[in-house]
Amino acid sequence: MLLTGCNAYPSYGASKGVTSQGQDTFKLWSGMMTTGIIIGGAVGLVILYAIFRYRRRSDAIPRQFNENFWLEILYTGIPIVIVGVLFYFTVLTENNVDATVPVGATTSAGKPVVDVNVTAFQWGWIFNYPHQGIGVAGEGLAGPGNHGPQMVVPTGSTIQITLTSNDVIHGFYLRDFNFSRYALPGVTNYFDFNVTHTGTYNGQCTQICGLYHSEMLFTVKAVTPAQFQAWVSSEKAKGVHLIRFGTPSTSKAPAGTSNQPSIPNPPKA
Amino acid sequence: MTTTIDPPELVGADGPEEIQPEGGADHGHGHDAHHEHAEHGPSGILKWLTSTDHKVIGKSYMITSLVLFFIAGIMALVIRTQLADPNGSLVSFQTYNELFTMHGSLMLYLFAGPFAFGGLANYVVPLQVGAPDMAYPRLNALSYWLYLSGSCVMMAGFLVAGGAASYGWVAYAPLSDAINSPGAGADLWLMALGLTGFSAIFTGVNLIATIFYLRAPGMTMFRVPIFSWEMLVTGVLILIAFPVLFAAVVLLFCDRHFGTHIFTVQGGGVPVLWQNLFWFFGHPEVYILALPYFGIVAEIIPTFSRKPLFGYKGMVFATMAIAALSTGVWAHHMFTTGVVLLPFFSLLSYLIAVPTGIKFFNWIGSMWGGQLSFQTPMLFCIGFLLAFLMGGVTGVLLASPPVDFMTHDTYFVVAHFHQVLMGTAVFAGFAGFYFWYPKMFGRMLNDKLGKLHFWLLFIGFWVTFMPQYIVGLDGMPRRIASYLASNGWTSLNVISTVGAWIIASSFLVFLVNLVHSYMKPVAAGDNPWDGQSLEWFTSSPPPHHNYTHLPPIRSERAAWDYNHPEHRSEHKFGTMVPPDHSEPAMAEATTSGGAS
Repeated sequence: MLLTGCNAYPSYGASKGVTSQGQDTFKLWSGMMTTGIIIGGAVGLVILYAIFRYRRRSDAIPRQFNENFWLEILYTGIPIVIVGVLFYFTVLTENNVDATVPVGATTSAGKPVVDVNVTAFQWGWIFNYPHQGIGVAGEGLAGPGNHGPQMVVPTGSTIQITLTSNDVIHGFYLRDFNFSRYALPGVTNYFDFNVTHTGTYNGQCTQICGLYHSEMLFTVKAVTPAQFQAWVSSEKAKGVHLIRFGTPSTSKAPAGTSNQPSIPNPPKA
Repeated sequence: MTTTIDPPELVGADGPEEIQPEGGADHGHGHDAHHEHAEHGPSGILKWLTSTDHKVIGKSYMITSLVLFFIAGIMALVIRTQLADPNGSLVSFQTYNELFTMHGSLMLYLFAGPFAFGGLANYVVPLQVGAPDMAYPRLNALSYWLYLSGSCVMMAGFLVAGGAASYGWVAYAPLSDAINSPGAGADLWLMALGLTGFSAIFTGVNLIATIFYLRAPGMTMFRVPIFSWEMLVTGVLILIAFPVLFAAVVLLFCDRHFGTHIFTVQGGGVPVLWQNLFWFFGHPEVYILALPYFGIVAEIIPTFSRKPLFGYKGMVFATMAIAALSTGVWAHHMFTTGVVLLPFFSLLSYLIAVPTGIKFFNWIGSMWGGQLSFQTPMLFCIGFLLAFLMGGVTGVLLASPPVDFMTHDTYFVVAHFHQVLMGTAVFAGFAGFYFWYPKMFGRMLNDKLGKLHFWLLFIGFWVTFMPQYIVGLDGMPRRIASYLASNGWTSLNVISTVGAWIIASSFLVFLVNLVHSYMKPVAAGDNPWDGQSLEWFTSSPPPHHNYTHLPPIRSERAAWDYNHPEHRSEHKFGTMVPPDHSEPAMAEATTSGGAS
């Protein structure tokens, strides 16, 4: 729906990916789904065939055959080969998806690297841009278009996300990136993506994190490099700076958060 | 060693078919070896409360676990109804979180496992191996009472201030610590896991000891019926997995109350350690919940095909392979943590597809060339095959870390594990219930109502879970109490909710069937299905210590061999044809036609 091309790969309902990594994952997904449908469909047809072909037609007791050594070897061996092939393609894709430029690098193959430090908290997100000296923060339902705080990134650059959590475990998930990663307290996870298509993409916390887990939304807005620079400049002009936890980025602070273990907001009536 | 079990009496008073083992083989350690077989002790409610008979305990387990299954099912209905509306306001967020936590906990800890190894296996395994009872009858009773008390403790969470546990059935730290989950419901949940965990461990010990040491004369390991084999391996897995869960629960309890920082960052702890410990229990647990049901299907399909299980030994080795592999795949639940070695856990997860595939081919091979009749138990097995095929294929996809990255914690995964677990615990579980109910109660369940139960369940199952795959791929995370209408997930959720209500209606039919069977009993006879394994040789219900006499046991199909002496399995890799002369001196039966 979002992309043209890749028509050799049926989507089966998944996103075709708006990042180069997501597109790799999508191709693996598509290939594995095709394999799964063929094999699962074949096994299902054999089951249905057996059900209809061998319906009880008389009270005669059928031949009591069992145990066929070579057949058993065959139906052990073939699945081993199939999963071997699937594993091979999995490792290839996984290496692409998980590849990161050196942490803290500013360039990659001549292209600029944009670092975004993401901190998840109950129940919202902080997106800091250490090189640009600006940050965005917000609670789930408080941001643009009612879909939480917005991370702005340029297309054509490697974006390196540094992900951690301030309290419990959260899930950083972007459907159109075909990607998710836990935000773990005390652990910093790194991953890269290269956005290939401009647009606004919905993200959401996927790991149960307490009362307002459902509302821990965010968006990623991918813009051209020029638009990105303009955005950075305008944010700076507004006096936005890096966000330390508990300090407001602008006048609007992420409510209900502090360095102390968070106190849940009063439950909804 | 002494034991409180009566030894099996293998000498019958009438008929030529009985065998007379010399010295009762390895059962002879009872010190009161010759007392009568009349049932002693109280009757009525006192019998249910004090009995150490595996048949009574097994029934108690089944009744309790079915009640919990229905409670958890009602919770699922509330969850599904909440989600039919984007801004679901049926229950508050807090209540919703409690409901999905307790739905998962009840289904996995208190229904799927105990129904299989405490209920069906408790009842059937001693019968299948020709034992008079479980090896440790009092331990068996203790198991049940720990299970019942643990279940009550878990349910009590709803009664305390702050409500029941609300962190999901996996209780990831630090959400489950004292700061984020301060309520007593969380403590009750942990204590319940401790109690029911020991209940499972004791049952595992009992199953292993019974199958290893109380087999009837002539029943070598490779003549043990396949369901009991699966239960033996399940018992071993229980002993591997549940102590780890108990350890993790104790550590978390210390974190919550005694100021330790094992799972909290502030004191130098490691939250991910909880996930490692939990899933080291959790993935073997998945197979603890699956293997018994595989065994049920492997009993029922051959019976209703009137054929032997296609590859009995292949099935045994596949079961062992699944058990071995299942201890090395736990971190595939943690692919997106970023702190596990992806290729290792991915490869082992893929490899589990191989022995699982062997089981599939065995089930199909058992039908091949047979005479299939589709009474209720067989229909549920067909439902299992199709459900588990779908869940299995999507499971292979999830063994791939990149595919897991794109679907983790979405409804795709929810659909996957519900298809697997409902395929096993519900389709195969109720197949087993319909199958052994005549043996347990001596009366039939109505076949028409059984088929109606099946078809409603089967339709409801697909209507519920297929939309969840699609909505998951469209980005809907699990465990959310509401979503935005603009996400476009509403119609798929409505379809899924309708399916859930169809499933619920199917269980009303089941309850009607139970009442019908109680009000208008139809005598079952000893062997209504022309069953194959040993339990179909004894009466329905069996006498106090199960057997007054035993047939010669020359294969895993003792009852079939006895009833159809001209139709024994063609190939037995040396255990059936020619007869095994390494047997101890044992009078061969002069089988002269189908008795019983």
